[in-house]
Amino acid sequence: MNRSLRIFAAACLAAAATGLAPWAPAHAQQKVLKFIPQADLRILDPIATTAYITRNHGYMVYDTLFAMDEKFQVKPQMLDNYEMSKDQLTYTFTLRDGLKFHDGAAVKAADCIASIDRWSKRDALGQKLAEATASWTAVNDKTFTLKLKKPFPLALEALAKPSSNVPFIMPERIAKTDPFKNIEDPTGSGPFKMVKAEWVPGNKVVYVKNTDYVPRKEPVSWASGGKVVKVDRVEWIYIPDSATAAAALNAGEADWWEQMPPDLIPLLAKNKDITVKNIDPLGSMGMIRFNFLHPPFNNPKMRQALLYAVNQQDYVIGIAGDPKNGKPCYSYYTCGTPLASEISAEPLKGARNLEKAKQLIKESGYKGEKIVIIDATDQPIVHAQSLLTLDMLKRLGLNAEVQAGDWGTLITRRAVKEPVEKGGWSIFHTWLVGPDMVNPAVNFPIRGTGEKAWFGWPTDSKIEELREAWFNASDAASSKKAASAVQQRAFEFVPFIPTGQFILPTAFRSNISGVIIAPIAFLWNIEKK
Amino acid sequence: MLAYVIRRLFATIAVMAVVAFFVFSLLYLTPGDPAAVIAGDAATSDDIKRIRANLGLDEPFLVRFGGWVWALLQGDLGVSIFTNLPVTHLIGQRVEPTLALTLCTLLVSVLVAVPLGVLAAARAGSWSDRAVMAFSVLGFSLPVFVFAYILITVFSIELRWLPVQGYRNFAENSFWDWLRHLILPSIALGTVYIALIARITRASMLDVLAQDYIRTAQAKGLAPAPVLVGHALKNAAIPIMTIIGIGIALLISGAIVTETVFAIPGIGRLTVDAILRRDYPVIQGVTLLFSAIYVVINLLVDLSYMLFDPRIRF
Repeated sequence: MNRSLRIFAAACLAAAATGLAPWAPAHAQQKVLKFIPQADLRILDPIATTAYITRNHGYMVYDTLFAMDEKFQVKPQMLDNYEMSKDQLTYTFTLRDGLKFHDGAAVKAADCIASIDRWSKRDALGQKLAEATASWTAVNDKTFTLKLKKPFPLALEALAKPSSNVPFIMPERIAKTDPFKNIEDPTGSGPFKMVKAEWVPGNKVVYVKNTDYVPRKEPVSWASGGKVVKVDRVEWIYIPDSATAAAALNAGEADWWEQMPPDLIPLLAKNKDITVKNIDPLGSMGMIRFNFLHPPFNNPKMRQALLYAVNQQDYVIGIAGDPKNGKPCYSYYTCGTPLASEISAEPLKGARNLEKAKQLIKESGYKGEKIVIIDATDQPIVHAQSLLTLDMLKRLGLNAEVQAGDWGTLITRRAVKEPVEKGGWSIFHTWLVGPDMVNPAVNFPIRGTGEKAWFGWPTDSKIEELREAWFNASDAASSKKAASAVQQRAFEFVPFIPTGQFILPTAFRSNISGVIIAPIAFLWNIEKK
Repeated sequence: MLAYVIRRLFATIAVMAVVAFFVFSLLYLTPGDPAAVIAGDAATSDDIKRIRANLGLDEPFLVRFGGWVWALLQGDLGVSIFTNLPVTHLIGQRVEPTLALTLCTLLVSVLVAVPLGVLAAARAGSWSDRAVMAFSVLGFSLPVFVFAYILITVFSIELRWLPVQGYRNFAENSFWDWLRHLILPSIALGTVYIALIARITRASMLDVLAQDYIRTAQAKGLAPAPVLVGHALKNAAIPIMTIIGIGIALLISGAIVTETVFAIPGIGRLTVDAILRRDYPVIQGVTLLFSAIYVVINLLVDLSYMLFDPRIRF
């Protein structure tokens, strides 16, 4: 090898070793926010699934007509203004100037109508709005109207729904897709663009700043206000192992870990460069769900009996590890929200009364039927609740057992309507984020529509009537009263038992600022030094 | 030999057809429903039913199997139920990290284990032999994930020498950046294979070192190194090659834990994720890939015997 060739080879090796090679990533000098999300993004369609990770992806790439702020007030987001007619039957919406989709096309009224139409075929509140709707009409490219058959006081709240399914606005060509089929094209008009070519499912999702996005002028508050993006690029790095995720944050390989298991809090709290914080003001609610089709929980007395035995404090510690990360919530609505109250909650709160529970079990005529709790050991929140419920049932002298599997098995098995002897179930546990339980409209486990209801299939016409009355409430006071009536009935009928309110804290490095206090980890407004 | 290779390759097709049928049947019988996973926690039974229909999951076994085989014959492994991306694309994304991890681990394992095994055999009964065997027992006993966490704590968090997790594409990053992401995973994954190969090398070498021709070579006055490497190791190579071949196959499956701990987006993680979600096309695709790799590796190992033992002919 001659001398110049040797020098060239040495230079190439040096460049390669130091990362200065011409093939080094072009984004090396950009401000990149490295974020460890709560789960792996697999489905890009926030309408076809209620998965929270897909909802969060939706907030990255899409925008909404309205958004809810931290005071639960509905604020226009993509809209410049809106009007309601005096008879409350017609709403006129006008889009803001400068709204563009990621492909450069302007956002038009037709896009909004098609998107709301698709959403209202999947979302429970959307379906309710659709029932009350006479027509959606595009007046021109920027203006459209909603005509109702009858006043629907929750129309704007529905369009500002913060959690799954969120009425995100997509281009009409995409929104025309069958709502039961996943969309593949993530084109939206939101503050970030997804770089689909860099998407590695199970590992990485890449978003870049949407430089065409025009933020609102108002200060940010939950999903409302100015969504100002202060980084060039966001990388969602999915790390399935929580110890590795903690190590990555500790070593500075990630900037922010969305949700951490409580047992790792002490480890990260020791690092002065890391802030461990509860940024979710609503937290999540755990629950025990019954099968209403078969004994013993087709008998209300059996369900009422468990109200006297459930100790929410135990469940909160079991789920959140530390009482600081949760609290009992004796309400069918998320505690800390306007409709939450402890009306009729006496059986669930205070000192636990196992004798009363046993008396109710006796009155129910329980004949020792086997109670099967289906458990998902890969979901710590479900698993902890399952074990606590098993212990409680055993203490009550019931014939209970846990049948463990993974989450994939649980969600399949809970759809089985057969008795336990034929592969059915008696109890399963899950949890919902706070925004999904704030009122009777979004709180789907409370419903009693039988075959059409959520798994467990309770039938209760009374709760449905009371829920309908709540929809017709015209002001805050009557809404609260109607919601309380629903709760009162829920404590009699017991569609499920709330097991407490808990928060999974977030952790971020000190070079990050602007984290928004909200029930969802929003990535706008974040600054990285 | 060519006829043998062709025969073995035809046998591969038969093996893969059997694997394909069994995998499809097992998945059909396994509890779990991707439609329920897609629909999310809030979905109703009706929602799930409709998604199942859209995905064709409500069709009879033979219709689904026939459709899959027909597509397979045309080189189409299908599309992931969740991501809507072709299975070949998903596998393509994951091949490089797993291949890189497997090759690095194999390289580390062979470079460390064979000399250790030879050393232990040459000094059988000495303290160095005992040390190698003690290390071997430790390597077998220490779970990969425990050793991985120890490595991360020491080299990534305390010393900050190497990254905790992730993989860097070889083509788009510097060589060092690529390599440094593989050092800890390769060591963690390689320990058990070092232990395995070292033990087999030692045992095989001890057997060969007791042979008459070794004594003859020593009597002729050959230096210890040529005797060990030129005469003994070459003749002890067949069991070592067999175990290395099996090791490659085991490495690919063993990589699942390593890939999870070090968040390496490899085939192992793809498989586990697909199983947890019941992403049938992906599970079927990677299973076929695994079976093809196993069969090809076995063939290569068989062919390699000819290099070490001229008496073997196919």
